[in-house]
Amino acid sequence: MEQKSNGLMGWIDARYPATKTWEKHLAKYYTPKNFNFWYFFGSLAFLVLVIQILSGVFLTMFYKPDTALAFQSVEMGIMRDVEWGWLIRYFHSTGASAFFIVIYLHMFRALLYGSYKKPRELIWIFGMLIFLALMAEGFMGYLLPWGQMSFWGAQVIINLVSAIPFVGEGLGIWVRGDFVIGDATLNRFFSLHVAAIPLILVGLIFAHIVALHEVGSNNPDGVEIKKNKDANGIPLDGIPFHPYYSVKDIVGVIVFLMFFSIVVFFMPEMFGYFIEHANFEPANPLKTPEHIAPVWYFTPYYSVLRAVPSIAGSAFPGVIAMGASIVVLFFLPWLDRNPVKSIRYRANWYKALLAIFVVAFIILGILGTLSPTDGRTLLAQICTVYYFAFFLLMPIYTKFEKNKPVPERVTMK
Amino acid sequence: MKKTITALLLATIALTSTGLVLAAGGAHLESANIDVDDKASLQRGAKVFTDYCLSCHSAKFVRFNRVATDLDMTETQVMENINHIGAKFGGTMTAVMTDDYAKEAFGAVPPDLSLVARSRGVDWLYTYLISFYTDTSKTTGHNNVVFKDVGMPNVFWKQEGVKEAVYEEHDGVKTLTGMKVVEQGTMSEEEFHTMIRDLVAFLSYIGEPNQSYRKSLGVYVLVFLFFFFGVAYAMKKDYWKDVH
Repeated sequence: MEQKSNGLMGWIDARYPATKTWEKHLAKYYTPKNFNFWYFFGSLAFLVLVIQILSGVFLTMFYKPDTALAFQSVEMGIMRDVEWGWLIRYFHSTGASAFFIVIYLHMFRALLYGSYKKPRELIWIFGMLIFLALMAEGFMGYLLPWGQMSFWGAQVIINLVSAIPFVGEGLGIWVRGDFVIGDATLNRFFSLHVAAIPLILVGLIFAHIVALHEVGSNNPDGVEIKKNKDANGIPLDGIPFHPYYSVKDIVGVIVFLMFFSIVVFFMPEMFGYFIEHANFEPANPLKTPEHIAPVWYFTPYYSVLRAVPSIAGSAFPGVIAMGASIVVLFFLPWLDRNPVKSIRYRANWYKALLAIFVVAFIILGILGTLSPTDGRTLLAQICTVYYFAFFLLMPIYTKFEKNKPVPERVTMK
Repeated sequence: MKKTITALLLATIALTSTGLVLAAGGAHLESANIDVDDKASLQRGAKVFTDYCLSCHSAKFVRFNRVATDLDMTETQVMENINHIGAKFGGTMTAVMTDDYAKEAFGAVPPDLSLVARSRGVDWLYTYLISFYTDTSKTTGHNNVVFKDVGMPNVFWKQEGVKEAVYEEHDGVKTLTGMKVVEQGTMSEEEFHTMIRDLVAFLSYIGEPNQSYRKSLGVYVLVFLFFFFGVAYAMKKDYWKDVH
């Protein structure tokens, strides 16, 4: 790597790989030139992470992790008495939902263009671990305002742990630190939410990006740009990430911030989906709300849980199914046996299967927000079966796929 | 590919809106039709709230001085007209009644009203407050259409008058279909509804005191982002003009 030999940068570069890192990951990181709409969500996820960390730092200055003080420290302290506290809180609450929206779209991009396939299996695995850590982060953060839904949502989820045969009850007490959700639970969730899980998240994101930059980015054509290089070893279809994608991603960031601001400034509750109405009442262990629903980003898996009938009064089979619905995603790189990456060159019937999968996933999500009826449970069961069939039958049906010819070079459509 | 995405997006929007409609459900609610930017309405609402509600309910997250600032009232106006509890100007709205007395008299402490507009919604509050009817089987003498067997008495009975429930009977099953005024109160129906509307507007205001400011700030933020978008888009176009 060429390095400046004089000046301040030369002095630093002799001691620290500043220019080297800048070039390896930005100025000379060659990125396919044909990225489309779906490729904005990686940088947007990073933006939301920064929003969450910064807003979280300030919220932590005023929040009190104590069951007697938590609700008031949020709803009176932060929302009323702290200068701009309301804005920082809405950044954080909207950011939580935005994180999941962006991540779901980012994952869907991987499904569309086969970004999980060889040689990018580890990027996918790290990504899935990030998704798991994010779910833990969201779940624990939701307890902190100590509203009715914070309490009862946590109650429902921790009771799932207790549904595990033999060890469940002890495990539940171990997670709560008490026989009921109380001060001990709130304190440990606070600690995990502001320290442990963010550290894990940042570490995983680092590994995710290192793995990505090792093999290079996939693209909407699923063509490896490193196969066609010029005399200097630069991919013919590659352009340096900086400045090309840095200036392009700024446009994406502004459009994202427009949507984000519309929510923060005009509909911070998002009709009770981002901040549930019942959470404006302080947690009351003696008063069960009429309808308990997890926050929207957990509802697809919650639907899977409810769709599976309990055996001998135990919800354990549902818990297994819910866990499996996420675990199955880890195996995606090995379930999909089609060597063609991009959906552009895959069979039309596979496109239809993927489209139905998206619809089934959304239906599961909507059903998870509603109280169950016989009809809804049946619909959830159909969607659950489809969800698992889509992944588990992949090794069989992807072998029979008739692909279209994949171009040698990327296209700019 | 584009068609597939468009179809997916449309399907998603259709499904989500169905979900929203399904999720709404419940009893029919009247529209509160409030205006939290109408300072006069909020001032009237503050008076009704502190005259009637604060005897039993608290609004412990609300400070009198904040109300003064937001509602364009002077310290004297606030201390003389709406602070009947002897609180300091920077103090909070606590209930006159003690918790022990409340438990004895009503069986439970009436809920704090700081955030009731956000947990219940303004339409629910408005409909609830105009939906009391006479029910002699209750100790309060009143029942409510949207909140059956509620422990709260109808504190506005003097203004509203005496209302009785109207039932319809089908095959021996009585269903409540509406209410009728049998004895006129001190206010006309329109005056009464305006008073409740002012009260609900005030409840909405204390639920989120900075909601008006939040929205007005949002307009500036969006205008800024709109111009920023123009600059950023032009920059992207310029950098990318040699990429084919």
